[in-house]
Amino acid sequence: MQQARTEIASAVEPIIDRWKDEEGPLLPILNGIQRELGHVPRESLPIIAEALNLSRAEVYGVVSFYHDYREKPAGRHVLKLCRAEACQSMGGDAVAEKLQNLLGIKFHETSADGAVTLEPVYCLGLCACAPSAMLDGEVIGRIDDARAEEIAAEVRA
Amino acid sequence: MSVKIYIPRDAGALALGAEKVAAAAREEIEKRGLDAKIVRNGSRGMFWLEPMVEVETAEGRVAYGPVKPGYVAGLFDAGLIEGGAHDLRLGKPEEIPFLAKQTRLTFARCGIIDPVSLEDYEAHGGLRGLRNALAKTPLGIVEEVTESGLRGRGGAGFPTGIKWKTVHDTEATQKYIVCNADEGDSGTFSDRMIMEGDPFVLIEGMVIAGIAVGATKGYVYLRSEYPNVHKILNEAIDAARAAGILGKSVLGSKYAFDMEVRVGAGAYVCGEETALLDSLEGKRGQVRAKPPLPAHEGLFGKPTVINNVISLASVPIILDKGGAYYRDFGMGRSRGTIPIQITGNVKHGGLFETAFGVTLGELVDDIGGGTATGRPVRAVQVGGPLGAYWPRDLFDTPFDYEAFAAKDGLIGHAGIVVFDDTVDLLKQARFAMEFCAVESCGKCTPCRIGSTRGVEVLDRLKQGIAPEEQIETVTDLCNTMKFGSLCALGGFTPYPVMSALTHFPEDFRPAPVREAAE
Repeated sequence: MQQARTEIASAVEPIIDRWKDEEGPLLPILNGIQRELGHVPRESLPIIAEALNLSRAEVYGVVSFYHDYREKPAGRHVLKLCRAEACQSMGGDAVAEKLQNLLGIKFHETSADGAVTLEPVYCLGLCACAPSAMLDGEVIGRIDDARAEEIAAEVRA
Repeated sequence: MSVKIYIPRDAGALALGAEKVAAAAREEIEKRGLDAKIVRNGSRGMFWLEPMVEVETAEGRVAYGPVKPGYVAGLFDAGLIEGGAHDLRLGKPEEIPFLAKQTRLTFARCGIIDPVSLEDYEAHGGLRGLRNALAKTPLGIVEEVTESGLRGRGGAGFPTGIKWKTVHDTEATQKYIVCNADEGDSGTFSDRMIMEGDPFVLIEGMVIAGIAVGATKGYVYLRSEYPNVHKILNEAIDAARAAGILGKSVLGSKYAFDMEVRVGAGAYVCGEETALLDSLEGKRGQVRAKPPLPAHEGLFGKPTVINNVISLASVPIILDKGGAYYRDFGMGRSRGTIPIQITGNVKHGGLFETAFGVTLGELVDDIGGGTATGRPVRAVQVGGPLGAYWPRDLFDTPFDYEAFAAKDGLIGHAGIVVFDDTVDLLKQARFAMEFCAVESCGKCTPCRIGSTRGVEVLDRLKQGIAPEEQIETVTDLCNTMKFGSLCALGGFTPYPVMSALTHFPEDFRPAPVREAAE
């Protein structure tokens, strides 16, 4: 446990140092930690709080406010499927159903083998090529049954 | 000179395979030993044709699309680099009716130039606005923007010139320009497209804003769902800084201005300007009560211009051609052009920049070509998740802030989502409430509690429990949310709900559930 805490500190400190003298450093720090570690571990919060002269509660309040921040690591792949209106108009609900069945998980869940986390997203700005998704940061448009199956196969591979 | 082949790096094109197309093209060029160079441009905004590949020929540019990676070798066989004949050949892109019918002022360069080449930018009229601005007094710049009649393109439609004047007139040691690039509305992507296709125009607009109001620092608050924008925008900012457009002396003048991109963390409400400012400051993205206005006490309590991407990106053309030139487009109090995004279940989806005044019907039926599924259009939602659902009966409404407001709708960020006749408006109304509940910042009660109660009431309606009572309750609830919420999230969620209820009442009075017979 002590070991883990030290590892987290050594990952988090350079990120804090990079931003702590900038204006409004908290979001860039949290974004940096999430990018580096795949999540924002609870153990990092007191380190951030101390460096920015905030209370732990304030930092926790910010972390818990934003949808992006995860408390636990995600699966090896993160699939964000758009659930907003433009995608709904092109059969997005059916695609969501299909992908949940193919992956055997629901939204906000990670598959038991740790392969994939499925998250809803409200608009990727790909509304003229709906339904759309983002897999590990790469955008995918016009998802139909065949494409959904390809995605499922890809994350399982 | 090598032939230029344009393959977009716009996220819409990438989502349809542009990266693989570019890789395949690179391979063909090498294999065939051709003297050709691939330029990664932005998108022209015709997404049914993406990935659209263009080649520069002696007669001008020739487009091909939609190009799948598997077609690339065949295209080269057909003599793509001379503009050779092929089933996918579309001819000159600017003659494609969807583009030919547009008035591109803000998007003049988008899809044409290499987005991160300053040389391309200047060759196509870039920086003329900034140079004109540098020859004026700050107040002279503000007056030009006021004269143009430009109104906030983020959705609120507040006159940009007045906002700038307020910040100009407020004394402070530090002022800020904040660009709202938290484009969260479903059915919109104009901010994304301009930042990916012509990022310098935004940078130029922010620099002009800075000079006009006396701000030396700019922030672009970008949503985290747009990593591709982040990359391109940073490349452009670096190039602008290297060229002296940003820095201690803008183009050698006495004005200093620099800017950076800050990425959000997935909160729709941060598109609301005061929530955005709190988020930039590193807090929960909660809405502030106004007054004070951000123009008086904005970012870190300092006077701040906060404008949408498209508003700022429209400034260079206004300073280049003059406020009067821009103002001469449009109708009524809606001046200039607006980039309309035609999306969802539509045959020809994309970005259509035009002067205000075009009707909803023209956009959906003529320009959009009806639905992608081939079924009749039943409803369109305009202005994102907080915008009204429109029935065909109102398709004669012109695109104009006041005309839309007069029919209980809003233009918002000018996104249109088309639905065919399979849409269930009760379900859409429920989604509007659900979305509000998910995204509410929690500061005010009508939004935080009202949205959840709204979902419950609409669920009871769906189950056929005392429908008239539920309709009365939801109407009353919408009234409370509309007038009692702090910001547009709670305040405008009633638009989709009430428009669905008003224009599509049949969906809210479902046939009684049949009793199980067996």
